[in-house]
Amino acid sequence: MSRVRSRREALRTLAFAAPGAFAAGSSLLATGLGQSSPPPDLAVIHGADAGAATRQAVAALGGMRRFVSRGDVVFVKPNIGWARVPAQAANTHPEVVRAVVELCYEAGAKLVKVADHTLDLAERCYRRSGIQAAAERAGASVELAEPSRFRVMPLRGEAIAEWEVYAGAIEADRLINVPIVKHHSLCRLTAGMKNWFGLLGGQRDRLHDRIHAAIVDLAQFFGPDLIVLDATRILVRNGPQGGSLSDVRLADTVAAGTDQVAIDALAADLLDMPPGEVEYVRTADVRGLGSMRLDRLRVLRRDL
Amino acid sequence: MNITKTRLAFQVFFVGLFLFLAFVTAFDRLKGFPVSLFLELDPLVGIGTSLTTHSLYRGLLWALPVVLLTLVLGRVFCGWVCPFGAIHHLIGWLSVRRSSPQQQVEGNRYRRINAFKYYLLVAFGAAALLGTLQIGLLDPIVTFYRSLSTAVWPTVDQATGSIFLRPPAYRLSWVFGSLFGLLLVLNVGWPRFFCRVLCPLGALMGLLGRFAWWRIDRDPAKCTDCDLCLKACEGAADPQSHLRKAECFVCMNCLNDCQYGAISFRFLPSVTREVAHPDLRRRHVLLGALAGVLFYPLSRASGELTKNFDKAVIRPPGSLAEPEFLARCTKCEQCLRVCPTNVLQPTLFEAGLEGFWTPVMNNRMGYCELNCVLCGQVCPTGAIERISLDRKLGLGEYRDRPIKVGTAFFDRGRCLPWAMDTHCVVCEEVCPTSPKAIFTRPVEVVSRNGTTLTLKQPYVDLERCTGCGICEYACPVKDLAGVRVTAIGETRSADRTLLLN
Repeated sequence: MSRVRSRREALRTLAFAAPGAFAAGSSLLATGLGQSSPPPDLAVIHGADAGAATRQAVAALGGMRRFVSRGDVVFVKPNIGWARVPAQAANTHPEVVRAVVELCYEAGAKLVKVADHTLDLAERCYRRSGIQAAAERAGASVELAEPSRFRVMPLRGEAIAEWEVYAGAIEADRLINVPIVKHHSLCRLTAGMKNWFGLLGGQRDRLHDRIHAAIVDLAQFFGPDLIVLDATRILVRNGPQGGSLSDVRLADTVAAGTDQVAIDALAADLLDMPPGEVEYVRTADVRGLGSMRLDRLRVLRRDL
Repeated sequence: MNITKTRLAFQVFFVGLFLFLAFVTAFDRLKGFPVSLFLELDPLVGIGTSLTTHSLYRGLLWALPVVLLTLVLGRVFCGWVCPFGAIHHLIGWLSVRRSSPQQQVEGNRYRRINAFKYYLLVAFGAAALLGTLQIGLLDPIVTFYRSLSTAVWPTVDQATGSIFLRPPAYRLSWVFGSLFGLLLVLNVGWPRFFCRVLCPLGALMGLLGRFAWWRIDRDPAKCTDCDLCLKACEGAADPQSHLRKAECFVCMNCLNDCQYGAISFRFLPSVTREVAHPDLRRRHVLLGALAGVLFYPLSRASGELTKNFDKAVIRPPGSLAEPEFLARCTKCEQCLRVCPTNVLQPTLFEAGLEGFWTPVMNNRMGYCELNCVLCGQVCPTGAIERISLDRKLGLGEYRDRPIKVGTAFFDRGRCLPWAMDTHCVVCEEVCPTSPKAIFTRPVEVVSRNGTTLTLKQPYVDLERCTGCGICEYACPVKDLAGVRVTAIGETRSADRTLLLN
């Protein structure tokens, strides 16, 4: 974790470690989990309403106040990589993004920023994906990742020593990853950890040579406060950009968690692959970033 | 308000409108603006393309009012409307305004060379009759547009960073810029050099203007032969003697400058005091016609339209087959300007002498965006057809018949998984068709240090590939990509396709 932790963040981590801290979380009470049981590692909500599923998933983890405090600047990172419409399942569902932004503001965030370094033309991706409109409706500041906004950062990873990173994401107090589950031609799977490519500048294609190690380096560097996984519909073929509706399978699922490896393991499971077969998921597990053992995690599954 | 001030107001308005329309000819600013308006008003574009194609495309009928106006009032377009003319007017005025009246008068005397534009027009016309459109090389509207697109906006942006999010670059932009600068600078010492000597549109209007009912007339009884009417005569039209009707821009400056009230703008004045015809030499006209007639076979003799067609001539989607394309393209470069990825670039000689400065795709600069048909939307002459997305992508009624502009080929000596034992397949990732035109086969290789490696080696599905070029654009081997698109397989011409259907 190379990101500098703010004092507030450190204090709050301590507060959460202290026994009884959860008792204060009113939103936790609302979920009906009881005061003593800790929140699940993953909350998986099944239902057709993407926005409602998102809200329930975050609530099941203890509510957005667990992750965002009053006055925070929050950076929300959806996947907006392609100039595709929502039904084509190449980008995060706009309603999921919208719900996350709204939840941040409800938790007292000062400003929520949304951006992605797209592969197709940014303006088109932002518009066709529906994410710009949805996020702006919720009050987010949707930024184009302009070249001048990237800064070379020391990643000190196994594959990446340093790289140009989008400054808006590093400067924010909180970082929330909002990926979508997709097949990926080279990596087999793209979900949470691969989504960090969208915060990189420079010549990203160079990373393909050692893509799995690079993905884990990025996950280690960015270490998000929360991941909300969009599996309302998943791209099962011709990833990562698809293009045909026949490549899309409806899954009506939104999941949330703080463990990047667990989230990607869940994504692999949704694509019917054993998580251990995705090299970067396995590597991340081995490097101790989290756990891909879904059977050993506390997974809360619920219908809307 | 005096008449020259009114004219000035018109000029300012039309320059402003022109610059505005040229500026919004960009994919994020286009909205519904009639960006081709001036090109459609331009009778040389309308008549030129009618000669080459025996048809009139979409908005080109707008030139008819301009023709009628010229038949009645003479070359008012040159003096009042033409934005390029107004720019020359301005620079000419700036350069002489401190000179003595006598010097100004001398700068505006008629010269024999001013008839050169008619010979150019004859040459362009003869070439057009045979089917090749070259008017765009010097047409003022086209020239102004082209210079703005390829040189002026990019230069302003390089200097200020104020215009583009992703600054475009154009091949030999500095040549376009220098030629534009040269035409402007020539006004210093030779006011309106371009309009008087080179402009083929002006020549066309000069020919039409001979029938004009109204014109400038000098009353010999009041005239003192002071020649001051020449002080600001934009067209060098001899108002001090027998007015050269074909040269007069109807700028009305002479009305202002005559202190004796000898000059008037009148309905059907005496024909004894005018020179209705341009000052042409039969021999030069024949020479012009000969040049035009020879241009056609000479330019086609090198075979770029037939068996020696260049692999780099990858035309934008919706382009007509090459001969029809060349019969329509005016080289205005509106398509270059509107292209969101900068893939469109001006040619030099890849498309032959005829195809000089026409648009082709250079996939190192950009790629053809899947959901984009803007180039055809703005093309004023239909060289690039106004196609629907369904037609481009092969959907709906065009099912499985997408437009292909070329085909991608792997260079197995440069592709990383093929040649270098290195994982890559960025090309497959970005390939936008569904199913993807690029697919991979896993291959186990024993690497140099003895470990076993499973590589995905990419291939092209000939049926799926549309030649969009994003694979070449995104290939990490930047200078000479491991996958490259060439023009073969393009659907616009039957003799360059690869597959039966």
